[in-house]
Amino acid sequence: MTKYVIRRLLIAIPSLLGISLILFTVLALAPGDPFEELATNPNVPMEVRENLRKQFGLDDPVMVRYVRWFKSMVKGDWGFSFASRVDVDKLILQRVPVTLFVIGSSQIIALLIAIPIGVFAATRPYSIFDQVANTFAFIGFSLPTFFTGLLFILLFSIKLDWLPFVYRADISETGFAWWWTHFKQSIMPIMVLALFQAASWTRYVRSAVLDVVRLDYVTTARAKGLNERSVIVKHALRNALIPVVTLVALQMPAIFGGAIVTEQIFRVPGIGSLLISAILANDTPVIMAVTFVFACLVILFNLLADVLYGWLDPRISYR
Amino acid sequence: MAGSIPASATVDALAGGAPSRPQARWGTEAWRRFRRHKLALFGTIILGLIIFGVLVGPWLWKVPINDIDFNARLAGPSLAHPFGTDDLGQDLFARMLYGGRISIAVGLAAMVIAILFGVVIGAVAGISSGKVDAALMWLTDLFLSLPQLPLLLLIIYLFRDSLKNIVGPEMGVFILIVIVIGGFRWMPVARLVRAQFLSLREKEFVEAARALGASPFRLVARHLVPNSLGPVIVAGTIDVAAAIIAESTLSFLGLGFPPDIPTWGRILFDAKDYLDVAPHWALFPGTLIFLTVLSINYLGDGLRDALDPRKVM
Amino acid sequence: MNEHDIRGLVNDVKAGRMSRRRFVQLLVGAGLTVPMAGHILMHAGVANAQSGWVYKPTRRGGGGLVKLLMWQGPTLLNPHFAVGTKDQYGCRVFYEPLAAWDGDGNLVPILAAEAPTLQNGGVAADGRSVTWKLKRGVTWHDGKPFTADDCVFNWEYAADPATAAVTIGSYKDITVTKLDSHTIRVNFQKPTPYWADAFVGVVGMQIPKHLFEPYKGAKSREAPNNLKPVGTGCYMFSDFRPGDHLAGKIFANYHEANKPHFDAIEMKGGGDAVSAARAVLQTGEFDYAWNMQVEDEILKRLEAGGKGRIQIVPAGSMEMLQIQNTDPWTEVDGERASAKSKHPSLTDMSVRRALNMLVDRQSIQDHIYGRTGIATRNFLNQPSRFRSPNNSWEFNIDKANQTLDAGGWKRGSDGIRAKGNTKLKYVYQTSINAPRQKCQAIIKQACQKAGIDIELKSIVASVYFSSDVANPDTYTKFFTDLQMYNTTMPQPDPERFMNQYVSWEFSTKANKWQGRNIVRWANADYDNTYKAAQSELDPVKRAAMFVKLNDLLVENVVVIPIANRPVVSAHSNRLRAPMSGWDNDVWLLKDWYREA
Repeated sequence: MTKYVIRRLLIAIPSLLGISLILFTVLALAPGDPFEELATNPNVPMEVRENLRKQFGLDDPVMVRYVRWFKSMVKGDWGFSFASRVDVDKLILQRVPVTLFVIGSSQIIALLIAIPIGVFAATRPYSIFDQVANTFAFIGFSLPTFFTGLLFILLFSIKLDWLPFVYRADISETGFAWWWTHFKQSIMPIMVLALFQAASWTRYVRSAVLDVVRLDYVTTARAKGLNERSVIVKHALRNALIPVVTLVALQMPAIFGGAIVTEQIFRVPGIGSLLISAILANDTPVIMAVTFVFACLVILFNLLADVLYGWLDPRISYR
Repeated sequence: MAGSIPASATVDALAGGAPSRPQARWGTEAWRRFRRHKLALFGTIILGLIIFGVLVGPWLWKVPINDIDFNARLAGPSLAHPFGTDDLGQDLFARMLYGGRISIAVGLAAMVIAILFGVVIGAVAGISSGKVDAALMWLTDLFLSLPQLPLLLLIIYLFRDSLKNIVGPEMGVFILIVIVIGGFRWMPVARLVRAQFLSLREKEFVEAARALGASPFRLVARHLVPNSLGPVIVAGTIDVAAAIIAESTLSFLGLGFPPDIPTWGRILFDAKDYLDVAPHWALFPGTLIFLTVLSINYLGDGLRDALDPRKVM
Repeated sequence: MNEHDIRGLVNDVKAGRMSRRRFVQLLVGAGLTVPMAGHILMHAGVANAQSGWVYKPTRRGGGGLVKLLMWQGPTLLNPHFAVGTKDQYGCRVFYEPLAAWDGDGNLVPILAAEAPTLQNGGVAADGRSVTWKLKRGVTWHDGKPFTADDCVFNWEYAADPATAAVTIGSYKDITVTKLDSHTIRVNFQKPTPYWADAFVGVVGMQIPKHLFEPYKGAKSREAPNNLKPVGTGCYMFSDFRPGDHLAGKIFANYHEANKPHFDAIEMKGGGDAVSAARAVLQTGEFDYAWNMQVEDEILKRLEAGGKGRIQIVPAGSMEMLQIQNTDPWTEVDGERASAKSKHPSLTDMSVRRALNMLVDRQSIQDHIYGRTGIATRNFLNQPSRFRSPNNSWEFNIDKANQTLDAGGWKRGSDGIRAKGNTKLKYVYQTSINAPRQKCQAIIKQACQKAGIDIELKSIVASVYFSSDVANPDTYTKFFTDLQMYNTTMPQPDPERFMNQYVSWEFSTKANKWQGRNIVRWANADYDNTYKAAQSELDPVKRAAMFVKLNDLLVENVVVIPIANRPVVSAHSNRLRAPMSGWDNDVWLLKDWYREA
């Protein structure tokens, strides 16, 4: 087991190298440059743009730029943002806490909604509860977050005037008032994300439990006279968790990556909004850093999921 | 090999039974089961109606999709405009009918691509081990971590014009959109299928089949895939919804259809700023996307139940 | 409008027969800028008008926190690197220029003691220099005095190509000398009719020499104060997160009495324009929101919320349709849209005139831009005696059809007009932006009715406006038949704006498509008039030349102006903030206050 994990971690190094090379090439070849605003301003002579291109090293061949990026990356220098000329690691660190808080809590809430509802619905397939839960789930993922977010704003901020809809990272209140303001401004973005996520997870949990409930060993457990609750929790759920673990592991890197649309709607200063503005401005060092960290997390969580499979179903062997 | 827990009926019927007969009977049996699944039937009818509507509708409802009429802007549903109008006074009913063709086609095609890729890659990774698995999972990780926007821009830039020249503008855009959306959504399916495989391949009925001399291909096609379909079907329905929405995002990158061609996702997006003044504008695309997803899902559920002989109907 | 007309108007203003404001409006109607009109009046010795602005608070501070919402937050805080307007807003909170243009074309001194004029000897009669007297008693936020050395340093800093300042265009062709501790002279290489460029407005913000001197040139990026501004403005820096949040607190030693009114300022970035409008107009969470690029219909409904109102001030940016002159679909010497080629149909004046009649400016104004886009630039708001007979415009599909018939363009079986093998089929590109796509739809429909087939294309802004040589979709390449975008005239003087149509500025492969003449239109009359205007010192004669240049563009349908875009912002009901379309919205932040 330990050997397996170590081996996988060692494989991860060349995979990450490969991924970083591909990422860099895609970004370098993608059209556009970071000078959109200079271009529309007739007052800025073309030489300035040429000069900046040279200063940022945009005119060198891709491979030269990659090697340069890689060398400084190894030394811990992530480069600086073309747009703000601030060091990339500083920009990212500024936004990590908010992202962790908002996305993290939304994922936890989504799990807390999805697992009980999904399991309960699966144990009573096609009952009224199941039908209602399904309908809400379908509505949940048929409507994009830009839409539900707006509905929330119209209802809770404009009609009822209960909650603010502009997220402010810098709140002047202290003590309890700080917590209260913070709670009020985070509840909408968290819930929009949580409900969207919960909608699809509920469907997966329901389907996974439904699959397992039909298996023979669950029937056997029932036949042994165990009560329904312990059959479900001890026998069925454990096996049903395999797809759920897969999905959660797929979703976890987003805790770092942020949620672009929701962050945009509520102005949450998370990594998602940093990434999208960097992409729209062709701010390559920022995009590269964020996606690279993201790639590391994707690989890490994939490994974690594989390890968890073995714990959930001991018959799975590591080869 | 049946051991303490009895091997499932599937194995006995398929692996153990006479190889010549079951093929046909299995199909008719599934169809019989499917017909008796009320919700599945309901889903089929709704989806059929929607598809029929968008295919035939534009022949019957002859209002042009881009007829601008400022006097009727943001009007609610009426006889002249059953679904109301948008902010340029264009008839939403005609736009929904026209856009439905694209949205449903994109949704279904992208879903098929995502599922197909996902199942194949997941299955191969799950049944093989070591290097093949590692390589395929590396590919999955790579696709998961690629930033979509710059990649999309790159793809448009590289392929739009050449594809346009080969298959014509509309078809070119359609192919590009379907490939792009499908190509970015197969990874969860692959991971799910692989995880199911890891668990299933150690189960008794699989070992039983293996012991009875089933070839690896038969093992995968007959035993492992059908038993991992549950999450695949869920992923499929979610993918249809996601693809319909994603298409509208793509047109904002200039990758989608030209800006004057309506699709459901696009109509919904355009409507969002008018949500408090003209709710009808968002209501119809929202409802239709929901109904499409709903019916596809019931269809999927029915399909799975029909293919699963253990389920008593 | 010719030289004689303008002189007559100036005399009317001098004699008090016409208001200053009316004069400015007329000149703007003729395609000039407000500061240019102001410049003419200053030259003629007409005193600055008293603005109607009254600052009521009687003591410094006490106004609490003022909250500004920008849907794109500032990302950097050095005014010489401030690329976009969002960054210029952020810088202006802390830094000030010597003077700035108000909405009526008055040059308002800020760090200068007075605006230089011919009369007070500030402006040299030969047009070769300007002398600025600096205000005394101004200090930087860290307590050091602001002097002429700082101004000289700003010139050296910006003019050094190694610094890569975006303000270099305003500083590279001048020299600045210090006359005494509070006087500088700006020297021009040649007689320069329009001198109020360097040290004025957005490009004129002054950074302190004592903090930036070690970081002039190639090391400019490393200056710690790029992120921690120390300026002369009424707010001192307290916190900055690029793209998200900028905060400042009151500067107790600000150089004007009783200012500012607010104790602290917060600028929040991110999100979209519509929800920013909601936060000011509907919920009142914020006091101000910038750049309301939103359909007027929505704005009106939000204003009904009663918490705030929309402020609109005229400005120089214009949404326009450009018409291709070269052939973008065939390669000549390996280059699309080569200067050697000719567009098969768009060089025909009958097609151009028809297109001009097919742009329904009135509907675009009424139903898309509303108050935020004025259809009448150059044409309607002029009194009839100035209206050139060629410049009238109308939306008339029938007449467009007649014009095309007369031009020999016959409808084919598919309803599309053609002459010989040349069909009227065009590709029409623009950047992705909701009102623009609606404009495209309106124009396309009108064209269809006249037998012109249009394929719409929209490109994401970061690609469309990039200088990426490898990409065919940039606006400077213009590899389609028609394109539409918004040209801003950030510079009060139209000289740099008008060089977009001179023949030596063609955008071609040879200059990596960096030439300014994107439509690749050449006209000898235009070239000569432009050259003459460059060295004409009499502002009236010069203005008349620019009016002529503008007329040439309109007569030849080189571009089709669609709407003039004013500066639109949302203000809470109690906020009082003077706006100017010729500077950014926070240009007079020191005067902002909240009505009790």
